[in-house]
Amino acid sequence: MTCCCECSKEKALDKLMRLEPEKTSELTAFIDGLPLVAGDVEKNRGFLVETLHRAQGIFGYLPVEVQQVVSERLGLTRSEIYGVISFYSYFTDKPIGRYKINVCLGTACFVKGAAKIVDELKAKLGVDEGETTADQKFFLGALRCVGSCSLAPVVMVNNRVYGNVTPDMVDQILADCED
Amino acid sequence: MRINSLEALKDYKSRLCGVSSGKTSILMSLGTCGLAAGGAKVADAIRAELDKGLSGKYEAVSVGCMGLCYCEPTIELRDEAGRSAIYGHVTPEQIPAILAAGLDGEAAGATKVKRTWYYPEEEENKDGVLQARIALRNTGRIDPEKIDDYLKYDGYQALGKVLKTMAPEAVSQEILDAMLRGRGGAGFPTGKKWQFAAAQPKGQKYMICNADEGDPGAFMDRAVLEGDPHSVLEAMAIGAYAIGADKGIIYIRAEYPLAIERLQKAIKQAREMGFLGKGIFGTSFDFDIELKYGAGAFVCGEETALIHSIEGKRGEPTFKPPFPAIQGLWKKPTVVNNVETYANVAAIIRKGAAWFKSVGTSGSPGTKVFALAGKINCVGLVEVPMGTTLRDIIFGLGGGILNNRGFKAVQTGGPSGGCITTKNLDTPIDYETLKSIGSMMGSGGMIVMDEDNCMVNIARFFLDFTCDESCGKCTPCRIGNRRLYEMLTDICRGKGTEETLEELRTLSNVIKDTALCGLGQTSPNPVLSTLDNFFEEYEAHVKEKRCPAGVCTALLKFTINDNCIGCGLCAKNCPTGAISGKVKSKHVIDQDKCIKCGVCQQKCKFKAIDKK
Ligand SMILES: Cc1cc2nc3c(=O)[nH]c(=O)nc-3n(C[C@H](O)[C@H](O)[C@H](O)COP(=O)(O)O)c2cc1C
Ligand code: SF4
Ligand code: SF4
Ligand code: SF4
Ligand code: FES
Ligand code: FES
Repeated sequence: MTCCCECSKEKALDKLMRLEPEKTSELTAFIDGLPLVAGDVEKNRGFLVETLHRAQGIFGYLPVEVQQVVSERLGLTRSEIYGVISFYSYFTDKPIGRYKINVCLGTACFVKGAAKIVDELKAKLGVDEGETTADQKFFLGALRCVGSCSLAPVVMVNNRVYGNVTPDMVDQILADCED
Repeated sequence: MRINSLEALKDYKSRLCGVSSGKTSILMSLGTCGLAAGGAKVADAIRAELDKGLSGKYEAVSVGCMGLCYCEPTIELRDEAGRSAIYGHVTPEQIPAILAAGLDGEAAGATKVKRTWYYPEEEENKDGVLQARIALRNTGRIDPEKIDDYLKYDGYQALGKVLKTMAPEAVSQEILDAMLRGRGGAGFPTGKKWQFAAAQPKGQKYMICNADEGDPGAFMDRAVLEGDPHSVLEAMAIGAYAIGADKGIIYIRAEYPLAIERLQKAIKQAREMGFLGKGIFGTSFDFDIELKYGAGAFVCGEETALIHSIEGKRGEPTFKPPFPAIQGLWKKPTVVNNVETYANVAAIIRKGAAWFKSVGTSGSPGTKVFALAGKINCVGLVEVPMGTTLRDIIFGLGGGILNNRGFKAVQTGGPSGGCITTKNLDTPIDYETLKSIGSMMGSGGMIVMDEDNCMVNIARFFLDFTCDESCGKCTPCRIGNRRLYEMLTDICRGKGTEETLEELRTLSNVIKDTALCGLGQTSPNPVLSTLDNFFEEYEAHVKEKRCPAGVCTALLKFTINDNCIGCGLCAKNCPTGAISGKVKSKHVIDQDKCIKCGVCQQKCKFKAIDKK
């Protein structure tokens, strides 16, 4: 009989090591470098958000195994970690497309017609906001103000900023995303 | 090199200022939006031109935002005597001509921009100059990555003065006397907050900088952090001395990678010179700063939520009292101040409370930075004395409404604020007057709207934002705002009735009275203020099922007018086959089938399709 805590299964760290050895070592090295205090759960929790930031930077998202490794290393429960991941919109536990297209829906961009850009992208990509295309290429998301309001409406593709976007520019933006 | 006394610092400064290179500086604005607008290519062109033999005459300096965001890429030529020329919309091709023209010549084809600000710390107000830059005194003037540049403008002298000549109590008192009020929204007197924390028993205390800047459409904090990071570090150290803290934390949103990078560099430099770390200025005062990152949650800008987020928890607010100044981070006394609040501190210490009070209004001294955005010509940052009128800001500094459309309203205070209409354009604005006309100061975002914006739809946008960002802890906010959003959606879709309008108002007031934190307590404001100011627009939606601004698509009707030559293009493109007609005769739209996608109007080459 398997136990509900999955203790008989392969350890998360071992599994991650097997699947993604380099990324996993990078993450564990980062955690080992944190000034954690053994036994001081309260203080150690203070490093959770930056650890998740780093982990998502390394893996692209936060799969269960990564959550498990973080939970073991920081001495926090998995539910606590999931609670934090689900609270902050920056974190995701689902793999997302290679090209993260984020339309700014801050006030300045909204007033200047950002909704039309979202509609155009939805139609062109065939996905809804918050979804990734089937070929894992594009993720369509929304952001609230990237601070470039003078260029409103703004679309960000990974770290590239497009300003003064019109629905006509959507084709070009997608065409720029070539691997 | 470490600096151990105020004299040594002043010495160091005069040595820095004493070396005259005789060169004219080319200040290149390379903040986030300058870069997005193509600033890097302009910078490359400038460097290439200098390499071709102008390096004896010019020196290229990267700076942060000058506030002239609408005409990025921007550069300013400035000689050692302070004479300057600003160019906007600069292209790499214009660079040779601009550099050949220098300060006195005219570069054909290039756009010169007038300077609209003065520096109260250094100059008298010249008549007609609307902006006074105190918080933004260095942004756009210095290279944020070089501490020497900051020191040239008296950087860290306020910290030196405080540590060497003032008792901690005197520091809080000076800030209180200056009546500096929190620029993060609520306008609470900063000096009083410091006094509360200082009055707590000795022990671990924290000095926090709120750099979460969540109001979508406000970007002044980013500009300060990218353009003048040391001013925030210095002020935090001053505050820490006043309250007896040895640890500082800057909570910054992850969406600002450039600001994070500049802060990290600045912290490192300040440590090297002994302005942070152990034994600052050779005294026994220790203070150091670390960065903590947000992860995309607006409510984390609220101070108790921010503290929970730093502790690694979900960023949910808790009831105040206890106030953070009494029981904050890890239950220790904690001061949370906003970036712009801090940016004023060093200037106040250097020049004194009386000087600060000579700018602004008696109840709200000093200046406020506003981020102008939306349907306005000169989008950007302006810093004006409190008490400036909206007309001066929008039509004077902002250059009026885009495409000469009519001004409709301006939203201040972000999702917590309200809209202000023509009738209040001449109100001098400060914390109190904004409240009295149904809005609030907030962080200083100012979104200008013209006749083409539907106010019901705007209210719905803000509620959508609030629903997204509500942390879900208390019911009025979690459920109430969703209901408000649904009602507004109904109205926009033509399903609202006059009762819906009544219900909107009632529910708004209930949420205001019962929500736990500032987010919920203020979230109905956009609804109430649009109801108050644009009731006829709501009425048009519910009574006539009409959207006067032509925004709410469900209420629009597409019809074909007599311009139609019967080419059939629209019928071919209509996704629902709603258009019919014989070739070469006028077509008609079957309103029952039309889904209002607008494709036909885009396709028609003869302006034969009306949208009303
Ligand atoms: C929902 C909500 C969001 C807030 N967001 C911010 C913010 O992004 N930046 C900020 O400085 N203050 C924000 N505040 C205000 C803070 O709670 C706090 O009052 C402020 O940081 C105190 O600094 P100050 O006195 O210098 O203004 C927010 C408040 C609420 C209720
Ligand atoms: S008012 Fe909204 S954001 Fe504030 S605690 Fe309640 S649910 Fe959370
Ligand atoms: S495209 Fe224009 S001109 Fe042609 S049939 Fe349609 S409405 Fe008439
Ligand atoms: S708006 Fe769209 S659905 Fe309606 S008639 Fe035109 S093309 Fe057809
Ligand atoms: S609102 Fe879109 S960048 Fe600010
Ligand atoms: S120049 Fe870009 S933010 Fe101002």
